[in-house]
Amino acid sequence: MTMSLAASGLVKSFGARTVLEGIDLRVEPGEIFAIVGPSGAGKTTLLRCVDFLLRPEAGTILYDDAVAPSDLAARIALRRRVGMVAQNPFLFRGTAAYNVSFGLCIRDVEGEELTRRTADALQGVGMAHLAGARASVLSAGEAQRVAFARAAVVRPDLLLLDEFTVNLDPSNVNILEAAVREYNRSTGATVVLVTHNMFQAKRLAGRVALLLEGRIVEVGPVEEFFENPRDPRTRAFVRGEFAY
Amino acid sequence: MAGDIVQITALSLLVSGTSTLVATLIAVPVGTLLGLREVGSGRLLRNILFTLYGLPPVLAGLLVFLVLSKAGPLGPLRLLYTPLGMVIAQVVIVTPIILGITMSVVSTVERRVKDTAFVLGADRYQLSVTVLREAAAGVLTAIMVGFGRAISEVGAVFIVGGHIEGQTQVLTTTIITDIGQAEYSHAVALGVILLVIAALIYSLLYRLQERTLA
Repeated sequence: MTMSLAASGLVKSFGARTVLEGIDLRVEPGEIFAIVGPSGAGKTTLLRCVDFLLRPEAGTILYDDAVAPSDLAARIALRRRVGMVAQNPFLFRGTAAYNVSFGLCIRDVEGEELTRRTADALQGVGMAHLAGARASVLSAGEAQRVAFARAAVVRPDLLLLDEFTVNLDPSNVNILEAAVREYNRSTGATVVLVTHNMFQAKRLAGRVALLLEGRIVEVGPVEEFFENPRDPRTRAFVRGEFAY
Repeated sequence: MAGDIVQITALSLLVSGTSTLVATLIAVPVGTLLGLREVGSGRLLRNILFTLYGLPPVLAGLLVFLVLSKAGPLGPLRLLYTPLGMVIAQVVIVTPIILGITMSVVSTVERRVKDTAFVLGADRYQLSVTVLREAAAGVLTAIMVGFGRAISEVGAVFIVGGHIEGQTQVLTTTIITDIGQAEYSHAVALGVILLVIAALIYSLLYRLQERTLA
């Protein structure tokens, strides 16, 4: 299963500070789409709006070309089609396996299927040997791998990744990037990746957008975006001329 | 003598244990819901609760006495001077304590717990259960404090129970009457039992608390 995502005229403020100033964006079903930009550009705020954690003041977000339903049960069903991995994920008290099984349990998956899917998800991020380890003793890299497995195990149609490998060592970055590719390949799910790491965007994404001061500056295929950007601000960003 | 001590101790445990259990069943769900509300909402309710926190047991006893007395609204139930009446008095005292601490503990659970459960697809009920699980150690503390208040309480159970021999005598009220009758050794023996009960129950809850924090 997969999902298209579109935003138009999206505005979000915190007090006097407007973080998103009219975002227009379309992500096609099944693609890996990267949103790059310096820190403070509004990338995380955009993802939090998409994942229902924040309510925008203006504009619309379309999931499969439809706005989110107001009916509570239908809204929960839609929320369950969207997954997210945060920059510094929170792991619940308990084991790695408990954390990974959380989303399955609240979807009433139980018994042998629960055990198998939890084990497979941990295996997918190289964490099978630490299934019984308490979350509190995991390293940052291990915790992030558990968080990814926890988000992916419920097979969301749209997976949002918010700076999901920031501050991790190359080995953990490789494992997680491979897991994203495999998830996208095997499920056909749409992946929206937010990062200020241009190399990661190049490695993973098919298309890239630059978000700057709350606005989308340019969107294009990954080669075109990095090799031949149209907007002077994109050129400056690609050359590393933005301080962040 | 030994027989009456066993009976008094058993009734103390029964009354305080039952009242703590009933108070927990009321206070933990309500405290969780109130703690999950955004800061600022329900402020009046919070203020009332924190006032009840410090409700003097004697006043609680008097109020329950009036409600259960012959002329009171629950008079026909004939609960005055019965263990059940004592349980009601203690529930009135203990519920605000457990509720208030639970509410505080839940409201201070990290925002990220709620966000993570929400993002993973939890509905309102599942989100409450998840937050409560993360706050379990604090909620156990609330129950410990509530039981401590119940087992050590004397004023309300004296008024509502009447300290009737063989029927509504508990450890604390018996210690008071023993002192009045200069039965000091009996009072000390009951005091030691009270202390041992408190130590045993607290060590059990402490172990539970350690396990939830692991």
